[in-house]
Amino acid sequence: MLAALIIVFREVFEAGLIVGIVLAVTRAVPNRNRWIGGGVLGGVLAACIVAAFTGALSQLFAGMGQELFNAAILAIAVIMLTWHNVWMAHHGRQIAGEMRAMGQAVADGSKPLLALAVVVGVAVLREGSEVALFLYGVAASDGGSAPNLAIGGLIGLALGAGVCLLTYFGLMRIPQRALFTTTTVLITLLAAGMAAQAVAFLERANLLTPLDTVVWDSGWLLSEGSIAGRTLHTLIGYTDQPTQMQLVVYATVLLATFMLMRFTRSQPATRGVATG
Amino acid sequence: MATVHRMIRKATLVAVCGMAMSAVSPSQAQQASEIHLTYSKGQFQPTEVRAPADKPITFRVKNLDAKAMEFESKSLRVEKVVAANSEGIVNVRALKPGRYEFYDDFNEKARGALTVQ
Repeated sequence: MLAALIIVFREVFEAGLIVGIVLAVTRAVPNRNRWIGGGVLGGVLAACIVAAFTGALSQLFAGMGQELFNAAILAIAVIMLTWHNVWMAHHGRQIAGEMRAMGQAVADGSKPLLALAVVVGVAVLREGSEVALFLYGVAASDGGSAPNLAIGGLIGLALGAGVCLLTYFGLMRIPQRALFTTTTVLITLLAAGMAAQAVAFLERANLLTPLDTVVWDSGWLLSEGSIAGRTLHTLIGYTDQPTQMQLVVYATVLLATFMLMRFTRSQPATRGVATG
Repeated sequence: MATVHRMIRKATLVAVCGMAMSAVSPSQAQQASEIHLTYSKGQFQPTEVRAPADKPITFRVKNLDAKAMEFESKSLRVEKVVAANSEGIVNVRALKPGRYEFYDDFNEKARGALTVQ
């Protein structure tokens, strides 16, 4: 039972962190629960579908289907996160700050919500498909331990939800004025980390071979397998053996986000005020 | 051990021939040594495998069980779900000599190790 708990918790943990951050980011946006909930639900459904077709997915692209699939959905998440940041820099302050432009805010606010719902869905899908496979295996084996394992899995799932709530309420303790900057930084690092992970998948598939030398090994200091390592892996993309390409892509995403946010902010961001 | 050696040598030969025949991109044709693993009744077979250093490695993990398994190794930096009754291909970059443990992430009792020399 404990083994099942740990297996499920480890998978749900990452998704829990991401959903918690997204909830904090959207805290002032009306209807956010519907969007985020939709993202989670969509992710769960997609996870079940992916789990059911894992065998077929694996056989695609000369056995590298899983790797390509993971890289692709991570890339989608990176684009959505970056777009959210840029959009928020452009005209998010009215929404995040005060609620005076209600009508416009609802209409405008649903755009980045869609992006973030996709991010949540992708996070749940990635982690959830493994949980689904594991629990399906448990259900399929007719040994007497199956109910025990299922209970362990459910507790693991609940603990993952706990991580999500902890992240959310932790971020909520940050004063409102600082929250916007904090979440922007968090989302940017999250995106850069996901991009580096996507690179890792492409490298494993032998599709991306330039600059694949490992730059350092900090496993002795902080192993990627430890709880702290896993947390940092999700939040900022920490990896104990990054390749040159991973570092280049990481830096590129950070720089691109920074430039895009600066660039768009310099334009008059008055639409929300003018129509509100 | 000698049989394992011979198996790997044979597998390498097969891999090299396979790659020479198929029209793969030059980057993929770095002559990976191939390692065959079977997974059945919750155990890897064989549990100890060897490969030469400084050469990419390709694991072919055949899961004969009726449920999915996840071939994982922190030190090899791999993580791959292998569905029931199917085979998963896992690429590993060229390695330094050493011992690298792998396991089934869904079943901690299933363990094995790769010795690179």
